[in-house]
Amino acid sequence: MTEFKSVVCPICGCLCDDLEITVENNEIVKMKNGCAVCEAKMVYGYKSEERILKPMIRKDGKLVPVTMDEAIHKAAQILVDAKYPLLYGWSSSTNEAQRIGVELAEELGSTLDNCASICHGPSVMATQEIGIPTATLGQIRHRADLIVYWACNPWTSHPRHVERYTAFTEGRFEKSEWKNYMLKLKGETGKKKIEAASKRLGQYSPPPRPQVCMVDAPPKSIQKMGRKMIVVDVRKTKTAEAADYFLQVEPNKDYEIFSALRCLVNDQELDIDKVGGVPVDYLKDVADAMINCEFGAIFFGLGLTQSLGRFRNIEVAIALTRDLNRRTKFVISPMRGHFNVTGANIVFAWQTGYPYAIDFSQGYPQYNPGEFTINDLLRRGDNDATLVISSDPGAHFPKSSMQNMMKHPLITINPDMNAISRLGDVVFPAQWCGIEYSGTAYRMDSVPIPLKKVVEPPPGILNDQELLERILNEVRAIKAQKTEVQTKVKGEVRSAAKTVKKTAKRTKRKVA
Amino acid sequence: MAEILVKNGFVVDPTNKIDGEKMDIAIKDGKIVKKVNERKAKIIDASGLTVMAGGVDIHSHIAGAEVNMGRLIRPEDHYKDAVRKTKLTRSGTGYSIPSTFVTGYRYSTMGYTTVMNGSFAPLKAKHVHEELNDIPLLDKGTYPLLGDWWFVLENLAKGDIEECARHVAWMMQSTKGYAIKVVNPGGLESWGFGHNVHSIDDQVPNFCITPREIVRGLIKVDKMLNLPHTIHLHTNNLGQPGNYKTTLDTMRAIEDLSTDGKPVAHITHIQFASFAGDDWGKFRSGADEISKYINAHNHITLDMGQVIFTDTTTMTADGPFEYTLYTLSGHKWVNSDVETEASGGIIPFTYKKNNAVNAIQWSIGLEIALLVKDPWKIFMTTDHPNGGPFMSYPRVLAWLMSKKAREATLKRCHKKAQKKSLLPSIDRELSLYELAIVTRAGTAKALGMPNKGHLGVGADGDVAIFNINPETTDIAKKYKAVRKAFKESVYTIKDGKIVAKDGEVVDNTTPGRTMWVDVKTKQPCIINEEMKRKFREYWSIEYENYPVSDHYVKVSDKLTVEASV
Ligand code: SF4
Ligand SMILES: [Zn+2]
Repeated sequence: MTEFKSVVCPICGCLCDDLEITVENNEIVKMKNGCAVCEAKMVYGYKSEERILKPMIRKDGKLVPVTMDEAIHKAAQILVDAKYPLLYGWSSSTNEAQRIGVELAEELGSTLDNCASICHGPSVMATQEIGIPTATLGQIRHRADLIVYWACNPWTSHPRHVERYTAFTEGRFEKSEWKNYMLKLKGETGKKKIEAASKRLGQYSPPPRPQVCMVDAPPKSIQKMGRKMIVVDVRKTKTAEAADYFLQVEPNKDYEIFSALRCLVNDQELDIDKVGGVPVDYLKDVADAMINCEFGAIFFGLGLTQSLGRFRNIEVAIALTRDLNRRTKFVISPMRGHFNVTGANIVFAWQTGYPYAIDFSQGYPQYNPGEFTINDLLRRGDNDATLVISSDPGAHFPKSSMQNMMKHPLITINPDMNAISRLGDVVFPAQWCGIEYSGTAYRMDSVPIPLKKVVEPPPGILNDQELLERILNEVRAIKAQKTEVQTKVKGEVRSAAKTVKKTAKRTKRKVA
Repeated sequence: MAEILVKNGFVVDPTNKIDGEKMDIAIKDGKIVKKVNERKAKIIDASGLTVMAGGVDIHSHIAGAEVNMGRLIRPEDHYKDAVRKTKLTRSGTGYSIPSTFVTGYRYSTMGYTTVMNGSFAPLKAKHVHEELNDIPLLDKGTYPLLGDWWFVLENLAKGDIEECARHVAWMMQSTKGYAIKVVNPGGLESWGFGHNVHSIDDQVPNFCITPREIVRGLIKVDKMLNLPHTIHLHTNNLGQPGNYKTTLDTMRAIEDLSTDGKPVAHITHIQFASFAGDDWGKFRSGADEISKYINAHNHITLDMGQVIFTDTTTMTADGPFEYTLYTLSGHKWVNSDVETEASGGIIPFTYKKNNAVNAIQWSIGLEIALLVKDPWKIFMTTDHPNGGPFMSYPRVLAWLMSKKAREATLKRCHKKAQKKSLLPSIDRELSLYELAIVTRAGTAKALGMPNKGHLGVGADGDVAIFNINPETTDIAKKYKAVRKAFKESVYTIKDGKIVAKDGEVVDNTTPGRTMWVDVKTKQPCIINEEMKRKFREYWSIEYENYPVSDHYVKVSDKLTVEASV
């Protein structure tokens, strides 16, 4: 039995690094400190029966096991033969593997894209428009007295975010709101109990459903000293229940709400009563809370990046944060999803200058989201081979994209038989990153954290970095052979041409 | 390893007091040696060329979280400067914040072989090392930001210098850093709540300490630990009109700490700290005051932080300063606070000749470099990319060595700047010998690198050969030709290998070493359960996951020093 401490959870962008893991007979049997999502993967999920244990190649429509060498050769051949391959995924792999990924893309003259393309790509674009005032999560834990979760639901997507980094943590200057929350919860359950009891007694009449405005007025407590939490979303989530104030907005109206808040923060008057379904008076209270806090933090999620307005939503959210910095201290931060999608942006940027949506077809990196982003490429049917690593577009992509992807060879690298692996022509097994091999990942606030290896991978399976290195070497070998053959052929053609010329001359002379 | 003999060049090696003598330089096993076997060695005919040690840059932001955020937010900066893949080299993008590989290539083709990264937040140390690994052809090192680290503030406030020293030693080792970096001491912590400090005697909120005490404390720590470099200081009020007074206050506050006549602090990018005038309208140069002080004292070294007229990206750990730039410009602005340690910010910026303040800034950098008489006290930098990208170094060298070059630029500057500039009154033109001091010999000495910056026997086999014939060219008059010569070395030799020739990389197999300091304290910093708990309270990652383990450094060059505590 071995105990591991300070193990990092390789699941969401929180990258909690305080897990205690017990391993018996090369199996994780116990995990402490992680959330339920973490337990599901670290204790059970990684041992899945769907685990791929051997490389496979599709022959006559069926996946058949082959040797690693054969699979690597086949994959490299596909990539070299393709005119415009696409390498995609990366967000659940290590920086070390991503580095090789960039090199491979460059060698192939392919496109290179990561999952930011379908999650926080708009946030990246907004940042490129107006920058971003932000902070590491510890800074927020120590100082933030106002926390705003906007269009995200950490309670389910990043379960320990609130408890580790924001409202429910102890900071140097701000105390945890956990106790208050428990009191509130007790109160709520008490209310519910009474309701249930009166229902049983037949005295219960449900409160009338609000017709127009579902928003409650902000409570006085959002102006108080100490930690406060506001949630802005289109529906009441678990996170919203824990908040001091839940501001419910109409779908696709975030841009308007942000703009209204900007006006209010900048002391302008609004000549309307409501914005996005919210009375302006309520927004005034929120704006006041924002101005009067000592350190505010906005976290936003895919509800902003994927709704109407896309990167403009993020841009206006950042603009509001900029305005607020003229009044107090305020930061804003995207809730990055996969545990190392931030790392993919970072590694791509230091090697090429660009965070995603990169094209190498001209021999140098070019960047253009909308052109070199995977779904745009696929839907136009531009690429003619795809490599997918540590990601499952098969489960998430639109049909039109998948249909075009399937028209051409597909190489996959994933630990288990997920949707995309099932569709692959060359299917590689992989090690579980952060469980079976170590490496580096970047937390959602760009803090690098070393992933740990706690169990041995199944025999014969390479980690992402090793595998990519071998594919890259094979690609280079095939290309070298190709040029050799080409020069040889060229040489032969040239000498043949010479002989032809010579004979022609001779014949001419003879004729003369 | 191959032997190389550089024959008949004009050798300029100030460390060894060699000024343009015609000599041969022999290199074997990556080091300068007395002689090599002429028949076996590769001979480089350097007749008519100038031979110097490889360049040593003391302050340049080439790697790490802040630098990369700069890359990430500025695609418009990269579009105009795409770099193609070749048989030997990787592709990338250039201009104000080149991608990692391109950074290595461009420095190398300019004859540089060592570059020190200006700063990084300790929490993100792994990031900086990952990037340094991807910068080829250069030796490099990097300075952890320690001036606002809570452990430092608390120990100094308690007056426990020794405990502070042990923590700094631990940090230096854990982050694989090279020198203590202090940025706007006290200001970064204040910025946590959106405030700043405005003089060296302002109290830092919540910590009962002043910038003066931080700087003095860390200088003492630096000495106790016997670190190779002095503290590397970015002063308070940077970038504010009138700040030359704060800079003078800072220098005066540490005068008594130099006991042996040696420097105790390196004040970086002095141009940004030498502003006079009460506001932007009355903005003028404080170069006269600063250089007078420096000429009369020996406890400080400086680097220029020269401004170039171009579009560039400013980035510093000085969060409040970048905020000020944001309020002035309204540009896209990145702020990046780092818990317990530091802050940071980024603003793209274009320095324009026809902007009075920018043009005066340009003048200030050159004025100080020329008015400080001793070239061993002030070194050439642009605080890349803050004043301008490092690719503009040849332009700075031209201004330093040629009054004509300065006049050519000044006459196109804003009228106000022309009227206020001290440059017309300065006749000094740096010689090749002095240029070698401000670009390699002086920096290597200040950094405490006995094997760098010179060509004596035993030095690293890092050599740069330039197409300058000091016998036939008057460099001040022919500044354009010399500028061109510094843009592309004829040869750059790194560790005894020819890595670049005529501005092109010819051998890309040298990754370069990462230099870091392993301080051995008599009594180690005790990391017990209590410390770990404190650690957990202060940071958002666990103690075990904090240090930079060995595998983060591709080629490690560890310098072990014995501390006196
Ligand atoms: S919050 Fe995220 S990183 Fe933390 S334990 Fe849960 S799934 Fe893992
Ligand atoms: Zn700097």
